[in-house]
Amino acid sequence: MEKQLQDKSVIETGEMVLNMGPQHPSTHGVLRLKIHTDGEIVSKIEPILGYLHRCFEKHCEKLGYEQIVPFTDRCDYLASMHMDHAFSIAVEKLLDVKLPERVEFIRVIVAELQRIASHLIAVGAFGLDVGAITPFTWTLRDRERILDLFETLCGARLLYNYIWPGGVSHDLPPLFIERTKEFLDYFTPKIDELNQLLTTNKIFIERSADVGVLPADVAINFGVTGPSLRGSGVKFDLRKNEPYSIYEKFDFDVPIGKGEMGSVGDCWDRYYVRVLEMIESVKIIRQACEQIPEGDVHEALPKKIRPEKGEVYGRYESARGDVGFYIISNGKNIPLRVKMRSPAFCNLSVLSEISEGWMISDVIANLGSLDIVLGEIDR
Amino acid sequence: MTSITDTIITSFSEYNIDIAILLTAAITILGIMIFMIMAVNTLVAVYFERKVSAFMQDRLGPMEVGIFGFKGGKKFWGGIGQIIADGIKLLTKEDILPNDADKALMIIAPFIIFTGALLTFIGLPLSENIVVSDFNIGIFYIIAMSSVGVIGIILAGWSSNNKWSLYGAMRAAAQIVSYEIPIGLSLLLVVLVSGSLHLGNIVQWQADHRWFIFHSPFTFLAFFIYFISTVAETNRTPFDIPEAESELVAGWMTEYSGFRWSLFFLSEYANMLIVSIVASIVFLGGWLSPLHIFNIFPESWDLMDGPLIGVFWVFIKAVLLIFVMMWFRWTFPRLRVDQLMYLCWKVFIPFALANLFFVSLWELIF
Repeated sequence: MEKQLQDKSVIETGEMVLNMGPQHPSTHGVLRLKIHTDGEIVSKIEPILGYLHRCFEKHCEKLGYEQIVPFTDRCDYLASMHMDHAFSIAVEKLLDVKLPERVEFIRVIVAELQRIASHLIAVGAFGLDVGAITPFTWTLRDRERILDLFETLCGARLLYNYIWPGGVSHDLPPLFIERTKEFLDYFTPKIDELNQLLTTNKIFIERSADVGVLPADVAINFGVTGPSLRGSGVKFDLRKNEPYSIYEKFDFDVPIGKGEMGSVGDCWDRYYVRVLEMIESVKIIRQACEQIPEGDVHEALPKKIRPEKGEVYGRYESARGDVGFYIISNGKNIPLRVKMRSPAFCNLSVLSEISEGWMISDVIANLGSLDIVLGEIDR
Repeated sequence: MTSITDTIITSFSEYNIDIAILLTAAITILGIMIFMIMAVNTLVAVYFERKVSAFMQDRLGPMEVGIFGFKGGKKFWGGIGQIIADGIKLLTKEDILPNDADKALMIIAPFIIFTGALLTFIGLPLSENIVVSDFNIGIFYIIAMSSVGVIGIILAGWSSNNKWSLYGAMRAAAQIVSYEIPIGLSLLLVVLVSGSLHLGNIVQWQADHRWFIFHSPFTFLAFFIYFISTVAETNRTPFDIPEAESELVAGWMTEYSGFRWSLFFLSEYANMLIVSIVASIVFLGGWLSPLHIFNIFPESWDLMDGPLIGVFWVFIKAVLLIFVMMWFRWTFPRLRVDQLMYLCWKVFIPFALANLFFVSLWELIF
């Protein structure tokens, strides 16, 4: 060591630790990444979580079942409907109640609208991560229409508290179905527009194809679910594989990544699966709007839900993947324990695996293509 | 072609003023005028950029800040007061120097970049006879001066003592130095054909023959190599990797704020104007009217040429090119750093060299 210090001709090189976040424009919230870099090349990534931890699971142990729904809203704030729906399905499984047809249809319609809204953000933000600004504003413009629809539905634009155990808070407002159809007619051509601007852009393909390749077996080993898993070519969607609600009534495809621009499971595939899923969601909503029956939406549940002793695990395909709620009841009106399986948490765990040896710009692209929401990861 | 400095000196020569005083006065006045051009250019370009981006993104852009403040005027003026508000905001902002920064270098860096842009304007003719100093090696001078800025960028990145700034500076240095080569090679082609480094002579050559861009297929290609390389040289999307806001926060400008940051801003937009004016002079006929594209009209039609209307032609062509640059920025994603280098070293430079060879053959044959 001393000899080295004396010998000035020996220049030592080392890795630089780059601290990305929690205040950084493209960590999608308050994620912190400790990146070990050698020049532009990344050798190791450590995600550091917990900046948005709000003790969701602990809160649940003090609140009644119906009071938990506003908290599930705030888990995945880009797809609140999905979280509420997932929790409600788990509680209803525990209570073993059958819901009116109309409730299930309403839930499917709003959940699929929410999926479109969430994927619009994901797709636009991925464009933003690779440097295209305009697609993001375009997708936000279309998402705004969905939020307007939700506003007529329940008065809220982001955190709805609309789907709750035993039903939904309000029936559909007048003309909601017509407005939804109008939106779908407006939205379908916009997907082509997005494809022209971003999906088929040469620079975009250069930046995303063959970058961050996630092979199917690695994805399964890490527990990756949702569009990120389907981007790797695994045809797994809970809406098809373990149908909940009334999804078996609808005719839709499960798009998977085919490696059209590069290899299967690259960023472009994960991106494009989301674009295709929006088209599938449009299909589902169209069918649901045609078939929706008349009826009452308020299931006759008591004011205080008091399930039997027991435990239940409810699975749900949210915009980010497989959301699970594990609820233990001891027969009181508050649950003994609620555990949430966060899909974005598992998806994030694969980031280091697919980004090592790539450049800093690719880390950003990989992170954007995994589409994480920190509210759900930290809970 | 006579420069403005020469005109001032000759017109005051009969009053028996000491030449040193006269020269100092002329240089000061012209320097202030260049600064005014840069400042006005920035204000107008920022407003233009805001409106162009708004137009492309289905927004309205600034609409509220009216210049006269009365209610009916607001909508009509389309938020044109925003440019003044922006300027005041920038200049009154707190100027932060981080504790661990190398303060002397950090203070001097923006001025180096600014000086580079300012000095380039000296050799840049805005029209026939409207040039501060008429160099006979104008192109050479402009290329030399436009690369002064990179020293300031490296200083800014290094002295900020911030890892993002360092990354940005290293990227910027690599990028700007690389892209100067295709720029130089494509301008060399024009020098080769016209036989002069003097910008006035190059325009005169275009007046005698035709616009350079339409002279031969190779000059047509050279224009595009030049234009795309200048987009990279001015660090704009899709080549904005040095400041890449989604990766490097703000690149080498991360730690700057207030007045010093506004100097960066001023130089960035000034550089855009400079490269566009050079493109319009060298390839698009400069201060000649569009009638000279192929020079097929008789000389009696040349009413649209002249020193003053020439300024209009130079600027209209430059603004068109600036619009295209903005169009790029609001449409394209960003390239990765290795793809950027690939584009420069493996695409543009070989093509520019081949271009140089083939245009020599073309000149020999035709």
